[in-house]
Amino acid sequence: MFAYYLQLGLRSLKRNPVLTALMVMAIAFGVAASMITWSVFRVVSGNPIPWKSSQLYNVQVDNRGPQYDDPPNEPPEALNYTDAVALMQAHKAPHQTLLYDIAPSVLPKNPNDLPTTAYGYATSADFFSMFDVPFQYGSPWTNADDDAHAAVAVISNDLNKKLFGGANSIGRDVTLDMHAYRIVGVASHWDPKPRYYDAYDGMQFSADAPSVFIVFNRAIDMHVGLSGRNNCGGAPMHIAGDVEWLHRECAWIPFWAELPTPADVEKYKAFLTAYSSEQQQAGRFHWGPNVRLRNVTEWLAYKKVVPPESRISLFVSIGFFVICLVNTIGLLLAKFMRRSSEIGVRRALGATRREVYAQFLMEAATVGLAGGMLGLLLTIVGMQGVGLLFEPNVAHLARIDLSLLITTLMVSVLTTVIAAFYPTWRAAQVQPAWQLKSN
Amino acid sequence: MQIRPILAAMRRHKAGTLLIGFQIALTLAIVCNALFIIHERIARVSRPSGVNETNLFVITNSWAGNWSDHQTAVQIEADLNALRQLGSVEDATALNSFPLHGSGWDNFVRLAPEQIHMTTDSSVYLADDHTLDTLGVKLIAGRNFTPNEIQALSIQGMTSWPVVIVSKGLANVLFPKGDALGKQIYVTSNNTPSTIIGISDTLQSHMMDSDDNAYAYNAVLVPMREVATGYVHYLIRARPGQLDAAMRDAPKALIAQSRLRIFEAGDGIMTFAQVRAKAYERDYGMAMLLAIVSAVLLAITAAGIVGLTSFWVGQRRRQIGVRRALGATQGDILSYFMTENLLIAVGGIVVGTLLAIGINLWMVTHDGVAYLSGSYLLAAAIALLLLGQGAVLAPALRASRVSPIEATRTA
Repeated sequence: MFAYYLQLGLRSLKRNPVLTALMVMAIAFGVAASMITWSVFRVVSGNPIPWKSSQLYNVQVDNRGPQYDDPPNEPPEALNYTDAVALMQAHKAPHQTLLYDIAPSVLPKNPNDLPTTAYGYATSADFFSMFDVPFQYGSPWTNADDDAHAAVAVISNDLNKKLFGGANSIGRDVTLDMHAYRIVGVASHWDPKPRYYDAYDGMQFSADAPSVFIVFNRAIDMHVGLSGRNNCGGAPMHIAGDVEWLHRECAWIPFWAELPTPADVEKYKAFLTAYSSEQQQAGRFHWGPNVRLRNVTEWLAYKKVVPPESRISLFVSIGFFVICLVNTIGLLLAKFMRRSSEIGVRRALGATRREVYAQFLMEAATVGLAGGMLGLLLTIVGMQGVGLLFEPNVAHLARIDLSLLITTLMVSVLTTVIAAFYPTWRAAQVQPAWQLKSN
Repeated sequence: MQIRPILAAMRRHKAGTLLIGFQIALTLAIVCNALFIIHERIARVSRPSGVNETNLFVITNSWAGNWSDHQTAVQIEADLNALRQLGSVEDATALNSFPLHGSGWDNFVRLAPEQIHMTTDSSVYLADDHTLDTLGVKLIAGRNFTPNEIQALSIQGMTSWPVVIVSKGLANVLFPKGDALGKQIYVTSNNTPSTIIGISDTLQSHMMDSDDNAYAYNAVLVPMREVATGYVHYLIRARPGQLDAAMRDAPKALIAQSRLRIFEAGDGIMTFAQVRAKAYERDYGMAMLLAIVSAVLLAITAAGIVGLTSFWVGQRRRQIGVRRALGATQGDILSYFMTENLLIAVGGIVVGTLLAIGINLWMVTHDGVAYLSGSYLLAAAIALLLLGQGAVLAPALRASRVSPIEATRTA
């Protein structure tokens, strides 16, 4: 019966070509618009590390006092050098790391080439295990390297390709800002989006994956400049390793702690509060403890990483799709009711209401399927134009994958069948006697 | 007008009536908000920067290697001299950031040292005596910097900024009475005052977030070379008609000075037109997306009206024939369908207006969109009325041509 109704449905598509074309196009446009904006939205609003997002916590400590709080009562979004180093040394979480943005120059291997800039982070050993960085060659540096202020580096496979043609470069040197660093690891491609660990610097959708990582302590020793955000609440200050400057109350070091259980979170919060009280007693803070621990999803929500454009366009597209479906309900109603006499004959010949339902829902499903196919094409074409609609950093995140294609088809068929419930119900209500009489 | 029989007939096809009405309502709500957002974005994009943008370009120059502050200061001076000597270049300046750049330094501005909360926020441009000329921004009061006022400093070596030039916008916010010249303001956190020695004409800030709209025209020019950040932006004004030549010559001239520098691939060298396009790409994209969606939406709604009305006309051919046989003119039939659509559209518009306001209120709280103005509701309402009438015209004309003879035929 299923196959027969499908055949009937296909035949019926041809019967009112204009009405059918209208419905198919409405569904196709609606589903394509929704899918294109969804493909962007699912990335920008996605969880970049779902298996661990509730265990990684961004640490905030108010080191500047209430008059600088923006929004009110919220501590700065990153730590200053004093607090970041103190929390690292306290080592109260199973794993913790700190980082700041660097953009050192990289000397090319061929002296005739011009130097380039490599973007990356000065950080600590735990960074790689906490954020699950995969390695192509070698491994992260160790906590001992952190303590030894070692001149070691992890580079991305992209930079490795550029400098060493992709060969195993472990043990070789890379020259950053005119100083040599020994390569201990080459990371495989790794760039979770949004880049939660550096949302402080507004890097959540940065187009290029970080290409170099060096030891934080070494970077401070070598005066490797901060290329990210520095919030001093006063005159703009810049790092040059100068001791006095390092101890100014600026916010520039995002700090993360891995806290596997709620008990760990409570314990760490208590530790932060105690630390702030200590600073207050020592006369450094003139205010009570004001600390925050936010896990990855809470942190992304707090930083409002989802661009309003992305949300607005998704909602507009869904609204558009709803209108297309309302349109489809109306047209299906017209199409089905035109065939009242046909339904009357079928019912009089013994078809049950259930069979009428099955036939007409099947017919609607074929419309949905046709709309989905066209929608699929429109989605693929439309994705080429995403770059015109969204800023490049966000647009390059949109990808067509199998799940998007399947969703497109499923959504069009399902929504069309749902839209067909009312017209089908009306069709099934047709009284056979009435239809037979008028003939 | 024969409104009563129309209403009576509507009761016979409630579902279709409600569907068209609902579709009009939704379309109104979305198109209205979309138009409003498009307007907001276009207004943002078309606000003036104050900069004379033709013939201006930017080179973002990073230093490769560990240069001492002194070396950097000497190199910047040499670079600027080399640039200004080029035949295709009119003037050049070195800045830490520039209007529309998106990133840079902003500082709280206060009027008294004991003040805890800021009066306003402002861009800080570390500038020199060539900055205003290169940008093409006029000085409207006071004087420009003199060459010996320009300090080459790393910012942490900085103790105070004794003299500053402020933009007209910032002067008006700080001193609404118009007496900013000669006044002292506090732009640093170390409580040393800066004296306003000049006021520039309109000059936009580097801040591009819509959250910073209130500060969009606040700028403080400080006579200083920042030498420790590892990069500098050279803004270069080409002689009229020689922009291409200048953009070719300038990087060569800089590399001839020293090879230990990096021009970032992609955005290392940009005309100011490119700077502007990049600064507003989100706004252009949003406006374009909403325009496309609105257009397709209106087309689909119109198509839906044509489809359902055609169905109704087909369904009622016999009744139309009877009416015609009883003396109704073609005009009567035409106006019947037009009026029917008008009634449905008005109903849809009432519901749609409420929906539109609801959506707007939601966006006001969630996305920082402004309150919808009534003129958009009115414009969208009129547009949908006309759309409905236009869409119904073809099926209604077909109905009016139904011959009275149809009355005698069985369906």
